[in-house]
Amino acid sequence: MNKKGFGSRIVASPYILWAALFVIVPLIFIAYFAFTDPSGAFTFSNIMQIAKYKKAFGLSILYSVIATIITLLISYPMAYFMTKMKVSSQKMIMVIVMLPMWMNFLIRTYSWITILANKGLINTFLTSIGLHPVKLINTPGAVILGMVYDFIPYMILPIYTVMSKIDNSLLEAASDLGSNGFSRLRKVILPLSFPGVISGITMVFVPCVSTFYISQKLGGNKNLLIGDAIEYLFNSGPDFYNVASALSLVLMVMILICLFVMNYFTDSEEATVL
Amino acid sequence: MAKNNILELKDIYVSFDGEKVLDGLNLSIEDKEFITLLGPSGCGKTTTLRIIAGFLDPDKGDVFFDGEKFNGIPPHKRQVNTIFQRYALFPHLNVYENIAFGMRVKKRPEAEIKQEVTDLLRLVNLEGFEKRRISTLSGGQQQRVAIARAIANRPKVLLLDEPLAALDLKLRKDMQKELRNMQQKLGITFIFVTHDQEEALTMSDRVVVMDKGKIQQVGTPQDIYNEPKNAFVADFIGESNIVDGKMIEDYLVEIDGHNFKCLDAGFEKNEAVDVVIRPEDVDIVKPEDGEICGEVTSIAFLGVHYEIIVDICGFKWMIQTTDAANVGDKVGLIIEPDAIHIMKKSEYSGLYGDYSSYSDEIDQLSNPEETTEEAAHE
Ligand SMILES: Nc1ncnc2c1ncn2[C@@H]1O[C@H](COP(=O)(O)OP(=O)(O)OP(=O)(O)O)[C@@H](O)[C@H]1O
Ligand SMILES: [Mg+2]
Repeated sequence: MNKKGFGSRIVASPYILWAALFVIVPLIFIAYFAFTDPSGAFTFSNIMQIAKYKKAFGLSILYSVIATIITLLISYPMAYFMTKMKVSSQKMIMVIVMLPMWMNFLIRTYSWITILANKGLINTFLTSIGLHPVKLINTPGAVILGMVYDFIPYMILPIYTVMSKIDNSLLEAASDLGSNGFSRLRKVILPLSFPGVISGITMVFVPCVSTFYISQKLGGNKNLLIGDAIEYLFNSGPDFYNVASALSLVLMVMILICLFVMNYFTDSEEATVL
Repeated sequence: MAKNNILELKDIYVSFDGEKVLDGLNLSIEDKEFITLLGPSGCGKTTTLRIIAGFLDPDKGDVFFDGEKFNGIPPHKRQVNTIFQRYALFPHLNVYENIAFGMRVKKRPEAEIKQEVTDLLRLVNLEGFEKRRISTLSGGQQQRVAIARAIANRPKVLLLDEPLAALDLKLRKDMQKELRNMQQKLGITFIFVTHDQEEALTMSDRVVVMDKGKIQQVGTPQDIYNEPKNAFVADFIGESNIVDGKMIEDYLVEIDGHNFKCLDAGFEKNEAVDVVIRPEDVDIVKPEDGEICGEVTSIAFLGVHYEIIVDICGFKWMIQTTDAANVGDKVGLIIEPDAIHIMKKSEYSGLYGDYSSYSDEIDQLSNPEETTEEAAHE
C-alpha cells in the first residue's frame, strides 16, 4: 500500500480501536446472549419469547409514531417561520430550542411530573379557578408529551439547517413563474427540505422507540414499553440477560430496517413528496 | 411608427443602507425590442431588473406596464419572467418538470404542457433531455433550460441577467446569436443585462449605458459607439482617446494647439470640450506630414493590427494601425473630420481616455519578450 494509506490508517487507528471496543464487542455480546441459554448452549428460545412482549413492542411503536408525527407537525412550521426571520432572531430561537438539551434528561422528565401530577401545577391551577382537576400523569398522553418535549430539538435542528440552506433565488424563480406563497412551499421548499425531514424523523423515532425512562416516570408502570421491558429484565439478574439481549437484538434490527428505508428515500434523490 | 411602450420606469430611486443604488432612473422600453442594460459591476443593473420583476419596491418612483401602474403587484402576478444570473433551476426536478413548472402553476392541461415542453426543448436544442437531472447538465445546457422555463409562461417581457457570463467564449458567441434569433421569432421584449460592451453592441436594438445608478446614455449601438454623450460612455464602449479640446467655432476644434476640422456644431465659442477619437480612426504618417506629432512609447502586435501608444504633449494616445512602428520613433498623426466626436464636459471629464497607465502595463507585460525580440533584431 502507498504511504498515504498507511499514514491515514495510523491516524484512524484510535477511532477504529474505540469503535471495536465499545461498539462491535458489545454487539457481539448481545448477539451471543440472545442465542444462548444461561448455561451457554445455543438456543432459539429467547428469540421465541419475544412473542410475549408483542404488546410492549406495539405500544413502543405506536407511541413513537404518534410522538414523531406531533414533533414533525410542530417543528416543520417552526423551522419554516424561523428561516423567514432576521438572522439575529433565528440565532436566538436556535439557542432557546437547544437550551433544554443542556439540562439533564432526567431532570427534564422529572419536572414534567411536578407539572402534570394530580396535585401538580396544572391541576392546582384548575382547582384554584374552580374547575375539576384532570388526570394527566400516568396516561399515554403524558408519555407522548414527554417524548415530544425531550426529542423535539433533534427534529427542528436538521429541518432548520436544510431549510435555511435553500437558495433564495429558487424561491424567487418560483414566484417569478407564478407561484404564490403556498405553492412555493409545496413545490419548492417541501421537496428541498425533505432530507432534513427524514433525518429529523430518524433522530426522533429511534430514541423514542427505545426509551424507557419517560414511560416509567410519566406513564406509571401500567403500560410498559419495550425499553422498560429490557431494562426490567436486565435488572432482574443474570438469568434474564438472554431474553433481554434477544429483545435488544430485535429492537436493533427493527431500527436498522427503519434507517434503511429512510436512507432509501433520501438517497434516491426522488425527493418529490406529495 | 407609433411608439408602443410596454414598460416605463419613472424617477426610480433605490437605496440600501443609505447608499444610493438607483438615482432617479427614467427609462421607456418599447414593445418587442431587445434592450440591453450595460454598465460596470455594482451600477444597479440587477436592481433595475428586480424592480421590473417585482422582487424589490423602489423607495420612490413608478413602474408602468402596458400603461398601467405596476407598483406593489407581486412577482407571481406579473407577465414578466426572469432568467437569473445563476439560472436558479430547481435541483429536485428534472429538465421536463423545470420547464413545465410555470404551466403547472397555471394548471394548464397535461397534454398541452407536454406539447409545449416538447416544442420548447426543440427551440433550445435540447430534445431528448426531458428526464435529465439539472446537476448532470453543462453550463450551456442549464442556461438553455433556464431560457425554456422562462419563456414557457409566454411572458410579455423577458429579463435576462447576465445569462451568458458563465459560458466560454465560443458558446457565448453561439448563444448570443441564438438568443437574438429567439427574440425575433417569439416577438417578446428582451431586457438583457451585461457588462460586456461587445455583447451589448452586437445583440441589441438599443443599449442603456449605466453608471452609479444613473443612465448615462440610451441609444442604438451605432449611436452609443459613434456619438457617446460623455467620457464615461466613450471609455466604456470600445477603446477611445479622450482629449481636452476647445471649440474655436462650429466645425473647428483645437487639440494640442492644432485646429482640426470636425462635424460638430452648437457649442459656445471657445467652450472647453472633451474630444473622442477612436484608435482605429487615426492615421500614422511621417512626422512632417502629420497634423500633430508624437513619440511611440510602446507597441503591441494583436494579429489583425498593431496597438501603438503615442505620447503627444504628455498625453498617451492609443492608435490601431496595420503599419508597424518602433518604440522611440517620431510619428505624425492625421485625423479626418468624421473621426472626431465632440462631447460636453461632464463629471467624468479627465477621468478616462488616457493610455499612460495602460502603456505602463503593456511595458511591464511585454518587457521580457521585448528584450529577446530586440536581441533577435540586432
Ligand atoms: N439587498 C441588498 N442589500 C444591500 N445592498 C445591495 C443589495 N442589493 C444590491 N445592493 C448594492 O447595490 C449596488 C448595485 O447592485 P446591483 O446588483 O444592481 O449591481 P449590478 O449592476 O447588477 O452589478 P453586477 O454587474 O456585479 O451584477 C451594489 O453596490 C450592491 O452592493
Ligand atoms: Mg447583477
